[in-house]
Amino acid sequence: MYDRALSETYSLPTQQARPKWRPVTEESPLTRAILIAVALGGLALLVVAPLAVVFAEALAKGAGAAVASLAKPEALSAIKLTLIVAAISVPFNAIFGVAAAWTITKFDFRGKAFLITLIDLPFSVSPVVAGLALVLLFGTNSLLGGWLVASGFPIIFALPGIVLASIFVTFPFVARELIPVMIEQGRTEEEAALTLGASGWRVFSTVTLPNIKWALLYGVLLCNARAMGEFGAVAVVSGKIRGQTATMPITIEMLYNEYLSVAAFTLAGVLALLALLTLILKTGLEWRHADQLAATRRH
Amino acid sequence: MALALLRTQKSPMPGFGLGMGITLTMLSLIVILPIGALLAKGISYGPAEVWTAINTPRVWAALYLSFRLAFLAAVFNLIFGTLLAWVLARYDFPGRRVVDALVDLPFALPTAVAGIALTALYAPNGVFGSIAKSMGQKIAYTEWGILIALIFVGLPFVTRTVQPVIAEIEKEVEEASATLGAGRFYTLRRVILPLLLPAALTGFALSLARAVGEYGSVIFIAGNLPMKTEIAPLLIVIKLEEFDYNGAAAIGIAMLLIAFSMLLVINLIQIWSRRRIGHV
Repeated sequence: MYDRALSETYSLPTQQARPKWRPVTEESPLTRAILIAVALGGLALLVVAPLAVVFAEALAKGAGAAVASLAKPEALSAIKLTLIVAAISVPFNAIFGVAAAWTITKFDFRGKAFLITLIDLPFSVSPVVAGLALVLLFGTNSLLGGWLVASGFPIIFALPGIVLASIFVTFPFVARELIPVMIEQGRTEEEAALTLGASGWRVFSTVTLPNIKWALLYGVLLCNARAMGEFGAVAVVSGKIRGQTATMPITIEMLYNEYLSVAAFTLAGVLALLALLTLILKTGLEWRHADQLAATRRH
Repeated sequence: MALALLRTQKSPMPGFGLGMGITLTMLSLIVILPIGALLAKGISYGPAEVWTAINTPRVWAALYLSFRLAFLAAVFNLIFGTLLAWVLARYDFPGRRVVDALVDLPFALPTAVAGIALTALYAPNGVFGSIAKSMGQKIAYTEWGILIALIFVGLPFVTRTVQPVIAEIEKEVEEASATLGAGRFYTLRRVILPLLLPAALTGFALSLARAVGEYGSVIFIAGNLPMKTEIAPLLIVIKLEEFDYNGAAAIGIAMLLIAFSMLLVINLIQIWSRRRIGHV
């Protein structure tokens, strides 16, 4: 009331009349435009162009040729293998992530910081070094590997090795996403449920799980994208046996090296579509469930 | 139970044994045992032999190339990533949310896909490569190609660490600076930049660590000439294909030590930043 009276009397600038001055906390419109142009231009050059060229090369000889290349047994077996690897390694990681996050956030114990560092370790190890480490542990030259091969259960150059390599490179994804969320939620809700007589599993499934489900989904999503696309670690342990241990990324490399451009880029296009789908779902989760995700608060 | 000895405080919460059991079993099987096997290989091979295997011109050239280009890529990402974070956090323009989502594409796109896509763009017959060729330059199959691939894979790190910090800066801080007579550029340099520094350095270190070990996106565009465009992870793969397990393990251990020291640096930056501004 008082404000309005004042502005009517002295005709102070109102909201409608745009002020000639700009706030001190903003850059000049020209600087703004230049910065936006540099950011968008850089992103178009660095990120959008490679994405576009994947689809352009895949469709270079028409959609028919692209679809035909996907129907080849080589491509089909690669897609099947990649799906199998993801179907084993992602649930594995989800269980590990939940168990690790539960242990780290609900209890106090010695060596917690060290445990977190160990869980994060695969992020800073080169995928090739990870593959090498698995070969040294399970390869035919090693004690353990020799025995495993002799007993008819080879790990390297076979499915178990590819799965182990995929789990290694995606190891921290789910745990990293859950730990900050569960730290923030604290232990009080679970403790209340316990005092009311709920069993451990009941507390987990009716109190904890609903609180972390979107964060869990977010972690699983990122884990899946990486597991399906892993190249370096899998290249070392898979042996690249055509039709047997060649995942989609490995098959892309083989086709590309044989100058089968359309087939290579079509398979790459399938993985690029998966990456886009992952981004869309991830962004959707960030918009709708920002309050429950650690990523949107992380810095 | 032996695990219970670790606990410092009794709590009524159930599932410590189960959770810790699953965590330690999987951690051992997936991470500790393989890394331990790598280190054990180095010990059984002998430190002197490991050093001899590393101390060859070809290995030094590969390690130097990987580290130098990773550093340059991380510097580029530090500057461009901070700028990108500022634009996304502070300015509104059509399609901002789509652009924001696209920043994460290098994380989601498989490295092999990125590798062949970048090669197709920058090879002499590619869209950008042919422009360079008409100017008498070559991008793919040179160090420039490797640099572009490393910039691509490390692009989101700095933006994703810096962006939330920008969003949290109170406008009052900038206004106070302005009322004291600072120009906009002076405020950005002396008030905003120091606030962003710890997060930006964390992103820089993450980007550097990723780029040093990167393999998939680089090998297609690199040309892979020994002593010239051969990165360290590729050399490991080559040694393995020659069944030179000791040689591969030696380079692997060197890269592991680089990774460990970078992990240490990242932790130190975060401790420093926590002391300085109270949060990471």
